Amino acid sequence: MTDDLPVAKTDDIEIRLLLEAIFRKYHYDFRNYAIASIKRRLVQARDHFRCATFSQLQDKALHDPAILRELLGFLTVQVSEMFRDPSYFKAIREKVVPHLRTYPSLKIWVAGCSSGEEVYSLAILLREEGLEEKAMIYATDINPEALRKAEAGIFSTDRIQQFTQNHRLSGGKSSLSDYYTADYGGAQFDKTLRSRVLFSDHSLVTDAVFGEMHLISCRNVLIYFDRDLQDRAIGLFRDSLGRKGFLGLGSKESLRFSKHSDAFADFSRDERLYQKLGA
Amino acid sequence: MADAATKPAAIVIGASAGALGALSVILPELPAAYRVPVLVVVHVPPDRNNMMVDLLQAKSQIRICEAEDKDSIRPGVAYLAPPDYHLQVEPTHEISLSNDEAVMFSRPSIDVLFETAADAYGPGLIGVVLTGGNSDGSKGLRAIIDAGGQGLVQRPDLAFATAMPQAAAAACPEAQVLSLEDIAAYLKKAGT
Ligand SMILES: C[S@@+](CC[C@H](N)C(=O)[O-])C[C@H]1O[C@@H](n2cnc3c(N)ncnc32)[C@H](O)[C@@H]1O
Repeated sequence: MTDDLPVAKTDDIEIRLLLEAIFRKYHYDFRNYAIASIKRRLVQARDHFRCATFSQLQDKALHDPAILRELLGFLTVQVSEMFRDPSYFKAIREKVVPHLRTYPSLKIWVAGCSSGEEVYSLAILLREEGLEEKAMIYATDINPEALRKAEAGIFSTDRIQQFTQNHRLSGGKSSLSDYYTADYGGAQFDKTLRSRVLFSDHSLVTDAVFGEMHLISCRNVLIYFDRDLQDRAIGLFRDSLGRKGFLGLGSKESLRFSKHSDAFADFSRDERLYQKLGA
Repeated sequence: MADAATKPAAIVIGASAGALGALSVILPELPAAYRVPVLVVVHVPPDRNNMMVDLLQAKSQIRICEAEDKDSIRPGVAYLAPPDYHLQVEPTHEISLSNDEAVMFSRPSIDVLFETAADAYGPGLIGVVLTGGNSDGSKGLRAIIDAGGQGLVQRPDLAFATAMPQAAAAACPEAQVLSLEDIAAYLKKAGT
């Protein structure tokens, strides 16, 4: 695609080199992320670390491993909500759950789980539907800080009102307040909700399949990837799903550019839920 | 008729309060065979269904659609940012959407569209700041002009809300400050 572009701008060259350096040194691979968002976030990082250029930031990143964790905070977007897009969770509850009930045990993968909002949402939904006991949720992300927060399950109390409303709109059968205790430190979610959750570090770019899932929920992660990378991740989902397994994406993500789209059928088009076709 | 060499590569438009009225003057003027893509950010509440697409399509000859992630940007189509997502242009001239934090309380943000488009299109870009009650778009218009592109700003005295075009005109003295009708005529000529 570079043929019709003018000579690369200096900062674009520097960004490519910086991403290459981060990959070679730390194995975090952002090289094929959609660049517009990465660039905006690296501008913020460059200013935060008081570097005049991305080359200086690269120098810092290579020689001071301590800043990597902070840099990851810039390179990954941690915006999330419990029961985000309530209609998605409603569709899972009303349309996917009846299928899930037919299995003796359930494996669910939340890929790109951020600080756990989506994981706790699904855990609550499964409990409400009486499926929790037979389910195992695998929650993965590349950001260790986010995974740590997810495991802690503490969310700031000023977010609870939104979460409560979302939960209700998603068809919640209980009160969200049944699941947390609020104090000055925030809302601590019931630790038993994560007794069936396994948090782990996993990259959709560089890591391998997870076996025989019944449901994979990967929301608002693929938009940060370019088309090829989206395809890699979708291939990974296809290979990780069991027969007739379900895949749920974010409200602005779809399989339409994917070469793997043939392996899936639309299950709930508006909610971006897909079902893997039987082999 | 502008020749191929001077035809802009793309047009980006930002509008806030009063957007529907202003876009209803501009977009219907563009002919079906328009040769330039148009990308539009309107500040809309996050949970609202995007009625704007249907309302504008009913009046327009060019195709109006909600932007989808990784769409290839095509001439003669106007892409509107979906509520609650930033609309960005990739260097490959594909659209990318993002959930990144709101910028100056806005998602979608006009600055984000303008800055990423300035990066992707350089001098071939026209940026247009219309009515609005905040100052989103001025930084972005500055970036467009700094990259060699052109800036158009709605005349604040004629705008439904004055703050946004006023801020843009102040940040970008090089921009032409025009009435909606003149902006429509300018864009029509530039891409026909
Ligand atoms: C915007 S959040 C989405 C959170 C949640 N899924 C939701 O929709 O609310 C994106 C998450 O994807 C993670 N992520 C980015 N690249 C990833 C990769 N290669 N593999 C796995 N997760 C990734 C980020 O660390 C971040 O936590």
